[in-house]
Amino acid sequence: MGIRFVLMVNKQGQTRLAQYYEYLTLEERRALEGEIVRKCLARNEQQCSFVEHRNYKIVYRRYASLFFLVGVDDDENELAILEFIHLLVETMDRHFGNVCELDIMFHLEKAHFMLEEMVMNGCIVETSKSNILTPIQLMDKTS
Amino acid sequence: MSGSIMENLFQRTLEDLIKGMRLQLIGESTFISKATEEIRREIKSTDQHTKSTALHKLSYLSAVHAVDMSWACFHVVEVMSSSKFAHKRIGYHAASQSFHDDTPVLLLITNQLRKDLSSTNDFEVSLALDLLSRIATLDLARDLTPEVFKLLSTARVFVRKKAIAVVLRVFDKYPDAVRVCFKRLVENLESSDPQVVTAVVGVFCELAAKDPKSYLPLAPEFYRILVDSKNNWVLIKVLKVFAKLAPLEPRLGKRIVEPVCDHMRRSGAKSLVFECVRTVLTSLSGYESAVKLAVEKVRELLVDQDPNLRYLGLQALSVAAPEHLWAVMENKEAVVKSLSDDDSNIKIESLRLLMAMVSESHVADISRVLLNYALKSDPEFCNEILGSILMTCSRNVYEIVVDFDWYVSLLGEMAMIPNCIKGEEIETQLVDIGMRVKDARMQLVRVGRDLLIDPALLGNVHLHRILCAAAWVAGEYVEVASNPFELMDALLQPRTSLLPPSIRAVYINSALKILIFCLDCYFHQNEGSASWYSDHLAGGQSDLFSVKNDTEAAELAMCEGSNYEHHGDFNPRNATESSEDLSVENDVDRVAPHGQTSTPPTLSVNKNSMHESIVNLLNRIELILGPLISNQDVEVLERARNILSLVQLVKEEIIDNSVQSVVDIVNKKDTRVTAIINLLRDAFTTELGPVSTSAQGRIVLPDGLVLEENLDDLQAICGDIELPSSSLFGAGGPHLTTTLDASSSNLLKNEESGPLKESTSLIEHRKRHGLYYLPSEKSEIVSDEYPPANDPKSNSNINDEAAELVKLTEQSLLLKKRTNQTKPRPVVVRLDDGDVAPITVKRPEPLDDSLSGAIKDALLGSETRPSMSGSSPSDKSSRKKEKKKLSTRVRSEMKKNVVDAENPELENPNSSSKNHGHSHTKERRHQGKEKIVEGEEHDQREKKKSGHRHGRRKTHQRAKSPLNVVSQTPVIPDFLL
Repeated sequence: MGIRFVLMVNKQGQTRLAQYYEYLTLEERRALEGEIVRKCLARNEQQCSFVEHRNYKIVYRRYASLFFLVGVDDDENELAILEFIHLLVETMDRHFGNVCELDIMFHLEKAHFMLEEMVMNGCIVETSKSNILTPIQLMDKTS
Repeated sequence: MSGSIMENLFQRTLEDLIKGMRLQLIGESTFISKATEEIRREIKSTDQHTKSTALHKLSYLSAVHAVDMSWACFHVVEVMSSSKFAHKRIGYHAASQSFHDDTPVLLLITNQLRKDLSSTNDFEVSLALDLLSRIATLDLARDLTPEVFKLLSTARVFVRKKAIAVVLRVFDKYPDAVRVCFKRLVENLESSDPQVVTAVVGVFCELAAKDPKSYLPLAPEFYRILVDSKNNWVLIKVLKVFAKLAPLEPRLGKRIVEPVCDHMRRSGAKSLVFECVRTVLTSLSGYESAVKLAVEKVRELLVDQDPNLRYLGLQALSVAAPEHLWAVMENKEAVVKSLSDDDSNIKIESLRLLMAMVSESHVADISRVLLNYALKSDPEFCNEILGSILMTCSRNVYEIVVDFDWYVSLLGEMAMIPNCIKGEEIETQLVDIGMRVKDARMQLVRVGRDLLIDPALLGNVHLHRILCAAAWVAGEYVEVASNPFELMDALLQPRTSLLPPSIRAVYINSALKILIFCLDCYFHQNEGSASWYSDHLAGGQSDLFSVKNDTEAAELAMCEGSNYEHHGDFNPRNATESSEDLSVENDVDRVAPHGQTSTPPTLSVNKNSMHESIVNLLNRIELILGPLISNQDVEVLERARNILSLVQLVKEEIIDNSVQSVVDIVNKKDTRVTAIINLLRDAFTTELGPVSTSAQGRIVLPDGLVLEENLDDLQAICGDIELPSSSLFGAGGPHLTTTLDASSSNLLKNEESGPLKESTSLIEHRKRHGLYYLPSEKSEIVSDEYPPANDPKSNSNINDEAAELVKLTEQSLLLKKRTNQTKPRPVVVRLDDGDVAPITVKRPEPLDDSLSGAIKDALLGSETRPSMSGSSPSDKSSRKKEKKKLSTRVRSEMKKNVVDAENPELENPNSSSKNHGHSHTKERRHQGKEKIVEGEEHDQREKKKSGHRHGRRKTHQRAKSPLNVVSQTPVIPDFLL
């Protein structure tokens, strides 16, 4: 499994979105998120975006007030994951129009759908923005 | 009905909830618990809309605020089965978020999933597939395999790519599904649809990571994608697959090295280039030109502005380091520069690389520079540096260390670094070196003395373990000490009360050893003429203590012991006596005590003062350790008692006698005391050696010992008894030599008969003044605060050091033609085996057996049927031609390669630990070469020298290789490439 989890966390360290591709109990999730957020948010712009934590490699990137953190296996390509994060942000940007933290808060399920289109079972299955967004727009129309 | 409408109208939506959360004034946790209560009520509603909205809110709270939602699993199932898509969606999402293997309702959803998987609505199918990819269990996977199978070849790409991704989980849970689905999965590899290819390559990348061998037959398909695909994501995944496959099949490497280099040259995407670099360095490291190109790319990364690229560059270098050290050398400037990077991750990577470059010719210089870095860096990185120095130097029984005196001093310096928390590791190494390297003992004792004597160090808990080792070393190797009395003072200093009992016990035991040694010297003093020894002792007393220390310490000791009064009968007299001595003797060395006229130092005077110092020593021990016989800790108490009894025994014999009778006693060799001292000395002279980890296995089982007997009863009785805190030296000494193999015990025997006690003969002309040895310049430091041992040099700047490091690492290139050492490397005792814990050769776990077996079956089955690659006829025919050409060679070549590839893996751990006790520098060099040169290609000289070992290795090889061939050949079918 390439990607183990995707987290979106704001500057204050509050989780805004959490998507796990392996089962962890709530306590485990909470502990893991706490550790990772503490580790990553303490780092500055001049430091690299890769952090090793437990048996994960965390690749993170900051967009405005929001941190995108992706936990991957050890042999995953870090740069590709950075590109994946960027793709995710671009996709959300296209959908919401200048996406911000509030968009994700109020449309959490849409963010989840985008992720579901992009990643399945920890594998990246879709990398085209329009392919990701078409089904979501369709769903919007019908409901 | 109206009730539900009301409910519906007044229910808060998710949006309301979120808004309320943002505006809440009652505190988040109260708000959440209130909202959860509300949800609990609403979710029971019969109205689908109300129910699903409640579930929606619950899953939001669960996802973002970690609210438990396992209680709602039945409601989740209900909402999932709703006919309205909007509700169904909420239900599925909640399920994928909260269900897991142990969720009780899983059995209830099989039919729902089956229905949705077969739905004509793509979105419904997609929901079901997504859920399946998260929560599929064995049952679900087995029951739904037919549906997934159908979807694998559906024309609806949107669904098909998801079905492909689901297969990964299904295979994992239910390996038998491979027999059904694998062929279709492979067919998807040849699909023209990029979305499908992306998904299927991702799946194969994961599958191949677990069991690469099974996917060798698919190499042609992957190769086609590698050459044709324009999608970087796909290319990266394919490269990962090849990185796994290439080491298994050498011809594959030859094939792919060109396209990989092509991508590396042409691609503008850093991620793809980096993946190519990593693939080349890990799996194609035999291809010189490719490696060169990769290293070139790495260099670009290393000098980039982006810290991410620099970090990855360093990582890539550390992948390359084991096989291509030159790559690291070429970039050493960048590496050294990274040592002072802002980012600790980058610093650590560069430290690792730097340690990879270390060779024995300049390990000392690099360590020196690194130690200076350590002094200046933050505690975390400081210990990172110390840890890596310790690890590098101790690797493979101190292979890299030539000058042990230097190394031991380095360990001492490390201990002095204020931030050092590597006490345990340093302790282990100090003791280990003591046992293994005879030549280093003198320096060890010297370093130990410096550590022990500094009262400031006792206040630092991180140093206690090091002090423990130092104390042990001082006691064990007291015969090479320059001044045992000084050591004794250090061991008895009052601040030892700060030590934990287990370490204090070691201190006391060491004191006992030193006492025995001193007494032994004393009783043997007239056997020879004045020896170097006495001179030594006399010389060593120049920096003695002050009265202040004396009295202070006495007070301290008084506070410590409750039954001090019991021993009061002798104490006052001795205390005053000793302080009198002190006042007299401190300045005028030559004035003999007790009013004796000062005469030129003759034998008798020496004897006399030796007598004095022994008496003083005994008194001091009694004074300091007396209080300890009421200590809480058993170990401390018992050891203190032992030494005190001995002291009393000895004192009875010698204390009240005049000088003449002392000589008499000494002359009478067979007195009780001398006999006892001799016995004890003999007990302590048995050398301790390193113990093999497999030592226990070599002890023959005594007759009548039933080991199989069930000891559970004992467990019940002793269960709550705590083991004494592990002290390194707990094990009894005399047994140890029996556990060594023949060669090393010979070595030890030789050493034992060596010049051990001959150093003793005449008296020392030395007088103890004062109870506690504290060098005068340090006597002010009595507070618990310990001063920083080494102040970072403020003037030296980091850039200078970086330049120095660069210069130093340059030397590693010359490592092969090492210049003749000025000092030969001392003998390092090595055990036949088991110096290190046995390294189990990692084999692919049999865990996936069922899966890989199924895949093999599927592949071999499909191989026989040409339909597998039916979609591209031209491809097929060309491949067929190649197959004819190659297939004859395949088997034999394969066999050889498999053996070749297998051997280094099997041999290395052995060859590193199979060394014999007496590994001289010369032999070591040969061993180093042997590792590089493969078995057959040795020159004659080496063969002669290491012939016997060689023979063993060969038989080893012979024994193993047929096994490999047998196990491997059927696995790899002759495939087309």
